Amino acid sequence: MRGRGRPWDKLLHYSLCNVTGQQDCTFFTRKEILRLHARYHELAPHLVPMDYTNDPDCKLPLALIVNMPELKENPFCSRIVESFSEDGMGNLSFNEFVDMFSVLSEMAPRELKAIYAFKIYDYNVDNFLCKEDLEKTLNKLTKEELTPEEVQLVCEKAIEEADLDGDHKLSFADFENMITRAPDFLSTFHIRI
Amino acid sequence: GNERRKGASRAEEGESQTRPERIDRGRRKRTRSHQDTKGSEGDEEVQPKIQSGRAAKTRKHTKNEKTRKKEEEEKAEKGEGKERHGKRKKTSASKKEREEVGGKHTMKEKAQEVKRKNIIQQMNCIHNSLSSEELEKLKEAVDERKKLIQALRGKPWPIKKKCVILRESQEFVEKYEGALGKGKGRKLYAYKVLMSKALMGRPYGTIPRKTVPRAEATSAMDFAVLWDFGVSCIITLTLTTSCFLQWPFHATFRKMCFQGYAQYSVLFYGYYNNQRAVGWLKFRMPLSYFLVGVGTVAYSYMVVIRTMARNANESGVGDDNSFNFNWRMFTSWDYLIGNPETADNKFASITTSFKEAILEEQESQKDDNIHLTRFLRVLANFLVLCCLAGSGYLIYFVVRRSQKFALDGLENHTWWERNEVNMVMSLLGMFCPMLFDVISALENYHPRVALQWQLGRIFALFLGNLYTFIIALMDEINLKREEENIIKFNITVWEASLFNGTVSVNSTAPPVTIEPADVPRGPCWETMVGQEFVRLIISDTMTTYITLLIGDFLRAVLVRFLNYCWCWDLEAGFPSYSEFDVSGNVLGLIFNQGMIWMGAFYAPCLPALNVLRLHVSMYLQCWAVMCCNVPQERVFKASGSNNFYMAMLLVILFLSTLPAIYTIVTIPPSFDCGPFSGKQRMFDVIQETLESDFPAWFGKVFSYASNPGLVLPFMLLMVLAIYYLQSTSKSYKEANMELKKKLQTVVQNMFPPLVQQSCFNVYF
Repeated sequence: MRGRGRPWDKLLHYSLCNVTGQQDCTFFTRKEILRLHARYHELAPHLVPMDYTNDPDCKLPLALIVNMPELKENPFCSRIVESFSEDGMGNLSFNEFVDMFSVLSEMAPRELKAIYAFKIYDYNVDNFLCKEDLEKTLNKLTKEELTPEEVQLVCEKAIEEADLDGDHKLSFADFENMITRAPDFLSTFHIRI
Repeated sequence: GNERRKGASRAEEGESQTRPERIDRGRRKRTRSHQDTKGSEGDEEVQPKIQSGRAAKTRKHTKNEKTRKKEEEEKAEKGEGKERHGKRKKTSASKKEREEVGGKHTMKEKAQEVKRKNIIQQMNCIHNSLSSEELEKLKEAVDERKKLIQALRGKPWPIKKKCVILRESQEFVEKYEGALGKGKGRKLYAYKVLMSKALMGRPYGTIPRKTVPRAEATSAMDFAVLWDFGVSCIITLTLTTSCFLQWPFHATFRKMCFQGYAQYSVLFYGYYNNQRAVGWLKFRMPLSYFLVGVGTVAYSYMVVIRTMARNANESGVGDDNSFNFNWRMFTSWDYLIGNPETADNKFASITTSFKEAILEEQESQKDDNIHLTRFLRVLANFLVLCCLAGSGYLIYFVVRRSQKFALDGLENHTWWERNEVNMVMSLLGMFCPMLFDVISALENYHPRVALQWQLGRIFALFLGNLYTFIIALMDEINLKREEENIIKFNITVWEASLFNGTVSVNSTAPPVTIEPADVPRGPCWETMVGQEFVRLIISDTMTTYITLLIGDFLRAVLVRFLNYCWCWDLEAGFPSYSEFDVSGNVLGLIFNQGMIWMGAFYAPCLPALNVLRLHVSMYLQCWAVMCCNVPQERVFKASGSNNFYMAMLLVILFLSTLPAIYTIVTIPPSFDCGPFSGKQRMFDVIQETLESDFPAWFGKVFSYASNPGLVLPFMLLMVLAIYYLQSTSKSYKEANMELKKKLQTVVQNMFPPLVQQSCFNVYF
């Protein structure tokens, strides 16, 4: 395998069509994608190749990615990484890594963020936010400082507020209807890298 | 002839097609050499996998192309070369099949070259064989693909799918756009493709970076400072340019009989001469002074109202409390947090906010003892009123005392007695809000409502203080005017005596030259007013800084270091670190601006001083926040109360400009100081300008326009317009609510759960 070499060697080794492809699929510019690649490489220098011309199939495990300073303090870090991984276990390839930060960047539109927010909060991955999902979210947010009765009350009220079709759980349409009216959604659902 | 043209075009196209081909081939050569040099086991295993993967992809591509071409050819009416098409395709297909079976790299390359040549030929045939409608359809398809590529970023598909779709669409567009172009167009397109590949995508920074989210920006103090700073800057600029325009031409500046050099400076009203036109530019100084003063007020009004309108537009949906718990759950965590301490604080504040919401919910479900609550609230308001009245009287008393001191001569008194008024006002401003906070515990309101009451009371306190101060100032102005009359009388006596002394000889004696510095000066009440305001603002600034240093910094130092040897935990219990009070600080800024507005007419450089002060304040408070403060426990949706602060600013603007307007209209200016000296009223300068500087007809028009018979109906018309606009906006709001309700019921009735689920699946 080639050594690290000088920084601009990256420009040569990194496949040209790969970067332009990612530029069109995400909200990042070429320079930002190269910078992301440096961050990705930093996470596991022995696993991540500098040379992507062979289109290698390299995936980093959840534990490594969740250690990044941008994600470490987030109570939903593992859910975020899992939602963007193909296998649902949190193993991200570089493309998925870029995709994750692209959706969470400030340039992504509200509708796209709403879709991924729904995925993140859906713990049992059944395409509905049921009461258990809400309970888990709440417990993560308050570090389990609320009493069980209070948790019950909050989840019931939440479902009551947003459930439009009366099935006692929130479908994506309910969630989207609620989150698009939230004034703070765009500013809080944002990671800068 | 036709054939030759065809051949030529084919050759052209072949050229343009082979160039990108050559690059691809070059790339492939490089990759092949990489693969050769690697030589490790793993790579060797990977190679055939990759190659077969590529083969699979090309298989898919050729299949797509084949199907597409088949469709198009079925549509084609002209049968030219159809058989040729069919034969060639069959041969190419059979060739490819042979290649795929073999699976060798070089054979595949040859197959791809052949495929390309076929594509070129086929494109030509397509171009010639399709009718214009099919060409149009093809063009549409290409445009659609282009749009898809543009919109690909926003699609919620997994990135693998996006990359594949991107590649397919790009190839489709490349191929068919080349075909649709003619001659030079094709060449140009190929050149563009080549250049884009050479330049490797768009240059850095084409996507606009970094826009500060509005919700964050508008509630934070630093925005308020910057906004304030911006307005102050503009006011400063206008005032200073008007100052400096006439400064070099200032022939004589009048000395004042007050202590200190600053009084003679540009800072105060008294500096300005009353010459009508100054210098070779014939700068109309008094007129400019007046207009600048009025203009800055008008500008400030415009800015405040425009900001309010913009805020109202953006909050749009308005105070929609319908998703209270949902929003707290899904939008309260700030994903930008990376610091463990901040994260802990955030967890704590989220927990508190949930507890509050729960409490509110539980309380709304029970409503006991309304009478007790009402009684307590009335009691609390009564106590607050007593407080306000007390503070108003205290200030009045202190101002009276200071007037007495001034009559005795200021040197006989201590520093405290000299600066009593300002110190008392600042101290009241510090302690009364704490008192109000304690009293509000009786009231038992929702925290946001309680905050608004608190801010309203502090507002009333400051306003009351300021107006008491102004009334006291008015008394002083009247005193000064009486003094002025006495001095005027004295001057006439003195001048008469001078002339009397020399008139004993014949009146052919030369007139006595009177040094301007020797003439006794009248007291200049305008400069006095300006000085008072400057003094007030400086003392206010000093109080703020001292409270900051003692209340925040010293406290933090004590808590931090005494904690090691104290019986209880100083950090967790009393006194702990001080909180950063956003609303209090915003209020302070608003009042500061109010004082500036009040004093700017009489002390023109006051905004400049304030800009300096804001600069220093910002850095000092920034340091203090980072070093000694902890964030507020209560987290409010501060962006919602943005218009509340703007409304307060508007009220303050109105109330601050009232005294200045009153003095302009009613009190005659000093007889010997300032740009309006000698006139009956300050606004006479406008009358004068109209008479002398404008043509006669202008004056006539103006007099007609200012006729009450015209002005009153105009005002009536404006009142009617306001009423009409208000009623239409109310009706729009009601219509909006109706539509919202309708939408909810429609969604509930029309979409059964199954359909909603399938809608969801479409996304994923």
